[in-house]
Amino acid sequence: MPELRYYEAVQRALAEEMARDERVFILGEDVGLVGGTFRATEGLMAEFGARRVRDTPIAEAAIIGVAIGAAMTGLRPVAELMTLNFGIVAMDQIINHASKASYMFGGQVNLPMVIRAAAGGGTQKGAQHSHSIESWFVNSPGIRVVIPSTPYDLKGLLKTAIRSEDPVLFIEHEMLYNSKGEVPDEEYLLPFGVADIKRPGRDVTIVAWSKMVHEALKAAESLAHEGIEAEVVDPRTLDPLDIDTILASVMRTRRAVIVEEGWRKVGVGAEIASQIHETLFYELEAPVQRVGAADVPTPYASNLEKLALPDAQRISDAVLKITL
Amino acid sequence: MAIAAADQVSMYRNMVLIRRFEEGVAEAYADGFIGGFTHLYIGQEAVATGSISALNHDDYVIGTYRVHAHALCRETPPRALMAELYGRSTGVCKGKGGSMHFFDASRYMLGGYGIVGGNLPIGVGAALSMHMQQQDRVVMNFFGDGASNQGVFHEALNMAKLWNLGVIFVCENNFYGIGTDVRTSSAFNEIHKKAQGYGIPGHVVNGMDVLAVREKCEELVKFSRQGGGPVLLEARCYRYQGHSMTDAGKYRSVAEAELWRKRDPIPRLAKSMLEQGIVDQAKLDQIQQEVNETVEDAMRFAEASPRPAPEALYEDLFVEGPLA
Repeated sequence: MPELRYYEAVQRALAEEMARDERVFILGEDVGLVGGTFRATEGLMAEFGARRVRDTPIAEAAIIGVAIGAAMTGLRPVAELMTLNFGIVAMDQIINHASKASYMFGGQVNLPMVIRAAAGGGTQKGAQHSHSIESWFVNSPGIRVVIPSTPYDLKGLLKTAIRSEDPVLFIEHEMLYNSKGEVPDEEYLLPFGVADIKRPGRDVTIVAWSKMVHEALKAAESLAHEGIEAEVVDPRTLDPLDIDTILASVMRTRRAVIVEEGWRKVGVGAEIASQIHETLFYELEAPVQRVGAADVPTPYASNLEKLALPDAQRISDAVLKITL
Repeated sequence: MAIAAADQVSMYRNMVLIRRFEEGVAEAYADGFIGGFTHLYIGQEAVATGSISALNHDDYVIGTYRVHAHALCRETPPRALMAELYGRSTGVCKGKGGSMHFFDASRYMLGGYGIVGGNLPIGVGAALSMHMQQQDRVVMNFFGDGASNQGVFHEALNMAKLWNLGVIFVCENNFYGIGTDVRTSSAFNEIHKKAQGYGIPGHVVNGMDVLAVREKCEELVKFSRQGGGPVLLEARCYRYQGHSMTDAGKYRSVAEAELWRKRDPIPRLAKSMLEQGIVDQAKLDQIQQEVNETVEDAMRFAEASPRPAPEALYEDLFVEGPLA
């Protein structure tokens, strides 16, 4: 099977959907002429023109607001927030407007729009450019949250997102853009709300998404040397969340560790751990563990940043704590 | 440019309807039928009436949280609006929106929004959508004096001009952002001139004179529709009531309020039509009587309507998937 990089999977998905549906268009900062800070929209302006690949001013709230208005009136915008960090500027439009319109207007309108955004730390970008704040959006009803870990998942999920009738926040990880993975040439779509078991195992369930899937897989490799077989479950979408697959896995392994790159307190991991406890408390061999970022703004110094963000070692430590 | 006699009568009826509707709302609020925040339009009738009547039926209107009048101008049935305020399933948004969120897809009314300035980029998005779909339908985008100090106001004006979109920004300048005088909140309070910073023509009109508003808006709508790009109209007006039903409006002097009441748009148009022989007093009385009956009927309808069924709680959040 041919291999694509993660950013190429974005390009491919966007190009296919734009060719398929005239209503799909892209807007965002540096998406056109520059081709995107992470090359994700490279070549699209040449292929589809400046009308459909629209460079915008640096005005995140209006970028999202404009996408909402366009989605309300017959188009299917894909708005790029250069990074999710800048999405904080647009929180009012995302949460108060995009996420609520369908409900508060009694279902008279729906918003077929995608907000793409790069997120994540690990490259010394400091406190304001390293966010993994998916939990903020998962907490708020009315917007789907998709967060792929591989080029294959990304392409199939992005195409589904563009075809979705609901607003979707599509979170890509900055450190994964150059990662490679197998992506078939044939068209495929992946459904929302279906987790993928990235590695089967019988002793412990590790739930992880985005870049943390790869850290979890590394941890699983090293744990295997100690005779512990970890199952790695990637939910791929956090809203809707495929809790059934997670619960079924934990039912088999009786132990669970939830891993997220975002802050640990009140994170998505807290929600998943809570749901496991509520449903499977008497089946568990040990309390569910959570691994997440230290509850501090991401520091710049490389040694401190490494300490702040979760990695394979810390995942292994959490697993060992409940398996030994 | 003379405005046809029939149009004048129609605008008169509309202003009387807005006034009587809002009086009915105040009564129903006092009687406990309506909850939450309810912002009345009494005093400002000429602005919505004169501006929206200059539009084609399939042009878009988008407004603020003071939005009852705009929906009435779009001819959403008063029954559906009153029922919405009463929180009934027969309401225009099935009772889920309330006073601040009137939306009527069938009448191209893109909603009322509770965050100051929040609608402005959404209206620009609708205009972009019309532009990209090669339609000459324009968007009338309402905001208040307070919104002109919000970030998204400037972002929206910039993008509208950058892409030369058909947006008529209508500022309902009633001189107060809740209790704060525009002179206290805005470094530069000639709001129509703020447009010039973006190369957008800015106009000012007496918002207590419905014929003046209509005439000016016909000119601006034509200009925008023919590809002239965005325009901004500042309509100077006054709300007789407080900001909302819970605000007694004590920050304004009695003398100021009395001065503005002398400029009341309804008797003004009545006097002018009587002088020109467009109507006689009997006709005006008949209109008032019919409007009274319409509003009473709306209130009876609302009170008799059922509240939303419990199942409605989870409906309309998403089109697809869980909780669809």
